[in-house]
Amino acid sequence: MLHVAPGDPATQLGGPAATPEQIANLRTALGLDRPLLVQYATWLSAFVRGDWGSSIATGRPVSAMLGAAWPATALLVVLSLALSYLTGIAIGTLQSRLRRGSDAAISAVTVSFYAMPGYWLGLMLVLLFTYRLGWLPAFGAAGVDADFLSPWGRLVDRLRHLALPLITLTLIGAGGIARYVREAMLDVRGLPFVTTARAKGVAEFSVRYRHMFRNALIPVVTLLGLSLPALFSGAVFVEGIFAWPGVGRVLIEAVVARDYPVVMAATAVSAALVVLGNLLADQLVSWADPRVRHG
Amino acid sequence: MARVARWLGSLDSIGKAAMLVLALFVFAAIAAPLITTTDPGLQRDVVQTRFLPPFSTDQHGVFHPLGTDRFGRDVWARLAYGARISLGTGVLAVLLSVIIGVAVGAVAGLWQRRVGILLMGVTDFGLALPRVVLLLLLAALWRPSATLVVLVLGFTGWMTLARLVYGETRALVVRPFVDSAVALGAGKRRILWHHVVPNVLGPVAVSASLSLGNTIMLESGLSYLGLGVQPPTPSWGGMIASGRDTLVNAPWVAVAPGIALVLVVLATALIGDALRQHGPGRATA
Repeated sequence: MLHVAPGDPATQLGGPAATPEQIANLRTALGLDRPLLVQYATWLSAFVRGDWGSSIATGRPVSAMLGAAWPATALLVVLSLALSYLTGIAIGTLQSRLRRGSDAAISAVTVSFYAMPGYWLGLMLVLLFTYRLGWLPAFGAAGVDADFLSPWGRLVDRLRHLALPLITLTLIGAGGIARYVREAMLDVRGLPFVTTARAKGVAEFSVRYRHMFRNALIPVVTLLGLSLPALFSGAVFVEGIFAWPGVGRVLIEAVVARDYPVVMAATAVSAALVVLGNLLADQLVSWADPRVRHG
Repeated sequence: MARVARWLGSLDSIGKAAMLVLALFVFAAIAAPLITTTDPGLQRDVVQTRFLPPFSTDQHGVFHPLGTDRFGRDVWARLAYGARISLGTGVLAVLLSVIIGVAVGAVAGLWQRRVGILLMGVTDFGLALPRVVLLLLLAALWRPSATLVVLVLGFTGWMTLARLVYGETRALVVRPFVDSAVALGAGKRRILWHHVVPNVLGPVAVSASLSLGNTIMLESGLSYLGLGVQPPTPSWGGMIASGRDTLVNAPWVAVAPGIALVLVVLATALIGDALRQHGPGRATA
């Protein structure tokens, strides 16, 4: 399989002037001439022992590259998860009590964001906020002068760099969540316990938020775990667009450079992050819904 | 056919608009040579014809409704020819996931012991991974091409369908008509082909149409990263990637394919919703 791949890492590492002999030597040195299954088994046994190897393209240890990258991804994903749930729930709840016309108008907006490719929305935001308005930086996690700023200035710089990637991910996530919350609110509206609450004279505000809202949120919390892989997928593209120094960007660069040790390890790390997030989400569901807890 | 026609008639105005939008894009893809004025790869003198804004006519008298890109290629022609790639790879990839998903789900639902546990274990493992990461991993292993795009999208998209079919199959095998078939001496294979597969196709169609938009979006993402269909073949993701570098002086190069993508994804999502609410293929015994 590796033999037919274009831009074999040995060819890229050897450069255009390398002789076929030099490239063959490089392939032997990197172990690329062995059968694929052998390569995979070697990689796997080293990986579980904590030896993640080093990058073919840069020579840096893979564990150091990913160790530096994962906090940036976790920060981006956790913040956008929180923000998209807050805005999504707010919009969905608001929609459930609006008139048909304004409800439909907001639905049109949320479904459009839901249908937008993250990398394109990111580009459009760059076009608007960086090139047209000149408000926000479009690349990286910190400015080139970040080391010379005061601690306060450095924080502001970080936040300004975080803004566009975060808005992109949040807008896309919030669209789907708002649609879900709106349906959940409309679903519980006709249930017997709501009628009972109204019949016994509970105030409208209380019916809405203490009875309907709390129950409508249960399927939404369940969605949390399910939406993690998709959110992470979105983060890969967004990190690529905004040169955000996270696992996604490391992965994209490694795939383009055919840097197999990095690709494999980045895949494993992102899978681990998602599985960990799923476990946390399960805990959250059992906390929110006593029916799950007591089984 | 009559059922489909009746279903089309029963759609609300949003559903009809979505069908119309999708039909227009399918028409544009099929009739691309008829509705465009130039070849999508045609480059004449680049300096004279590049970055022409939309609705302009170049010195050769060729009208460019959506302008030209940095090589002077007509954006509208590339958009229409790119629709072939986007819609074609999207539909084929979804078909591949449907075949795998129905096979895995139905077999796991009928042979529940070892085979079922193994198959659904693989399915759940796949569901837990971020799809884009899997896509990138697979795309890194082979030479990029349209076939590879269909294969990697198909092989990373079947898990939700398998889960759905598994659930439907488990619900079907306890229905009386399956019991009667078993009593008449039908084997598991016969039940699979004559009772399970025909009855899961309705829900599968709904789920597949909902996933078509997502698949088209992922195809464009792969092309955007340079891992999909290779230039000079026009693809929407590739057009957005080439427009990225000219966002300031020629935003239309990246804006036009993005709007086309949003419209197609939106249309498939709305059609999926309409199918879900009152589809033509409800499961019957």
